[in-house]
Amino acid sequence: MNILSLLFVFFILAPCLMLVALSLSRKNRALRNRVERVIKTFLVACTSIAILTTVGIVLSVLFESIRFFNVIPVTDFLFGLEWSPQTAIRSDQVGSSGAFGAVPLFAGTFLITVIAMFIAVPFGLMSAIYLSEYANRHVRTFGKPLLEILAGIPTVVYGFFAALTVAPMIRNSLESFGMSVSSESALAAGVVMGVMILPFVSSLSDDVINSVPQALRDGSYGLGATRSETVRRVVLPAALPGIVGSVLLAVSRAIGETMIVVMAAGLAANLTANPFESVTTVTVQIVTLLVGDQEFDSPKTLAAFALGLTLFVITLVLNVIALKVVRKYKEQYE
Amino acid sequence: MTQVEIIKAGLARRYARETRFRMYGLSSIVCGLAFLVFLLVTTGSNGYTALLQTHIGLDIHLLAEDFGDDRSRESLSKANYSGFIKEALRQTFPEVTKRKEKKALYRIMSGGAQYQLREKVMADPSLIGRSVTYWLLADDEVDVFVKGRIDRDVPEKNRRIKDITIGWVDRLAEDGRVEKRFNIPFFTAGDSREPEQAGIFGATMGSIFTMLVTMLLAFPIGVAAAIYLQEFAPKNRITDLLEVNINNLAAVPSIIFGLLGLAIFINAFGLPRSVPLVGGMVLALMTLPTIIISSRAALGAVPPSIREAALGLGASPVQTVLHHVVPLAMPGMLTGTIIGLAQALGESAPLLVIGMVAFIVDVPGGPLDPATALPVQIYLWSDSPERAFVERTSAAIMVLLLFLVAVNGLIVLLRKKFEHRW
Repeated sequence: MNILSLLFVFFILAPCLMLVALSLSRKNRALRNRVERVIKTFLVACTSIAILTTVGIVLSVLFESIRFFNVIPVTDFLFGLEWSPQTAIRSDQVGSSGAFGAVPLFAGTFLITVIAMFIAVPFGLMSAIYLSEYANRHVRTFGKPLLEILAGIPTVVYGFFAALTVAPMIRNSLESFGMSVSSESALAAGVVMGVMILPFVSSLSDDVINSVPQALRDGSYGLGATRSETVRRVVLPAALPGIVGSVLLAVSRAIGETMIVVMAAGLAANLTANPFESVTTVTVQIVTLLVGDQEFDSPKTLAAFALGLTLFVITLVLNVIALKVVRKYKEQYE
Repeated sequence: MTQVEIIKAGLARRYARETRFRMYGLSSIVCGLAFLVFLLVTTGSNGYTALLQTHIGLDIHLLAEDFGDDRSRESLSKANYSGFIKEALRQTFPEVTKRKEKKALYRIMSGGAQYQLREKVMADPSLIGRSVTYWLLADDEVDVFVKGRIDRDVPEKNRRIKDITIGWVDRLAEDGRVEKRFNIPFFTAGDSREPEQAGIFGATMGSIFTMLVTMLLAFPIGVAAAIYLQEFAPKNRITDLLEVNINNLAAVPSIIFGLLGLAIFINAFGLPRSVPLVGGMVLALMTLPTIIISSRAALGAVPPSIREAALGLGASPVQTVLHHVVPLAMPGMLTGTIIGLAQALGESAPLLVIGMVAFIVDVPGGPLDPATALPVQIYLWSDSPERAFVERTSAAIMVLLLFLVAVNGLIVLLRKKFEHRW
């Protein structure tokens, strides 16, 4: 109960007291200045929590990862082709050492992300183009929020849907063509993830397309181009950097997505490019390694943090690039 | 050919292409929406049956001598209620004599039926000594069968419910002893291994406590940080860095926040696992960037004239901001907070990592009791092999979506009521 009351005092009671103090000190200038200094300090402290979160993330994953890399060399982790993180119950057990080569996980993550992008980018981009260039006001006011509902649905719902409905559907329809499909195929997870990310791509691209100056379009129309020609030859090239940025953000979202793959993709680490087979991803392995009782010293648990570090670094790089690209692009037309 | 003729010759093709392009756009929107409808309809049609639960009416004679003379609650709670139910089943189907068949017969009632009976007796001890028809929970396999989700034409060895059980259920149904009644336990019970006794109340309370902690932490911190960044922070490299940092934090995968919670809150601070307090703290950190970004936008939308007027009348900068700017920006900041909370409500990945995924039967009574959250409950049930959990998972999803619809309705309402264009 200690920490709870501490948090309560600091974040609820303190601000209220400060506001009371501010109104009480209205007449006394010197007192007011002192109260205001306290308030400003509180504001700075709150702001620094955002920084502390980042520092906390970096430190927590970094320290545990370093402990992991003391046991398993970095190169084995990054370039190893076999992933089977069992820890032994008895020391003389077969396969007691475990293998921590993360390449199959990276490959699985990559495969599912690519499938998701195959759905999200064309559909999302075309929706954005239609909404910003063709749709009248009514379609826009209803179409956009409706599409964004897709982004508001919890991912665990998508996961359940992928596992229970989409995966059997894909398997049955492809098996009637005589193909063998795993019941936890990468395809099912990827397709559903693509739909989840679709509104993400579409609303970001929509913003980007809308910020292309009207003068460019008017010039193109004036030269006799049709609307679609204008979109393809003028608007899209002009908006390309921004669109690339939004796709990169979507990729980072797909890489970090957890619940859909936990529920619909497999657990077995297969090194394959076949979308009909079951693959596993970085996030799935983090969850499976950490769910249940664990000791904090076993390489099995620490491996989850090493995976977390890789995930954090990859998504961070993607985000930084994407945000920079989008920012630069927007400044260009302001 | 003149220039005009060349252009005219290509026009039909160009127009056709134009129409096609337009159709691509329209059809991708339609595809997205069709998927949404498909998802909702599938979930709804899988889940609505969980609102009703099969009950079986049994004539149970509670023999007075089995209770003794003591009518205290303690003595009543100790009576052999499952024995009464078994006796009633034996009397309904007197032809069942083999030991194995008897066991199968007892299994058409839920393991929870005896507790239902006990509660009824304890609420009204005058039932003792009389023969009354009690409606008690049927087993989940029977329930799934009665709801028509098991095809009786499937060969016996391919289905969980056997021919002999189907025969008994059919006979009970002919006598009007099988009824589907409103599934109260689903909304009032905690989790259970038995689908017919499992409910979402425990998970809902877990979610509520988690959200409470998240809100109490994220709202003040987020608003304070936004006020500082937008109104007081000097424009320099540090502020720039802060801004980039917050934007990046908004795009960090949610599971990373779970790792943060596990390493810092649980390992370093020694907070317990599986509790809403830690879950709420992790989700608060996760929603903080959303709240800061939208609160800053709301503060930025307040016109400078307000600030200038306040400053001109002698208010200090802090007074200006807290007395004039913040109240005007409050609707926008609240909307941002609710959007962040809606995100947090549907989030499950970080909660899995910090251990809010345990099997917990008891309904949590506070933020320090072990609990799960609604999305995690959905994940747990979706993993269960029993057929009856499918409809419960879907029903839990419907409840979760209903909560989200309510939250988003609140946002729309807030915007409509307070939105102010300067």
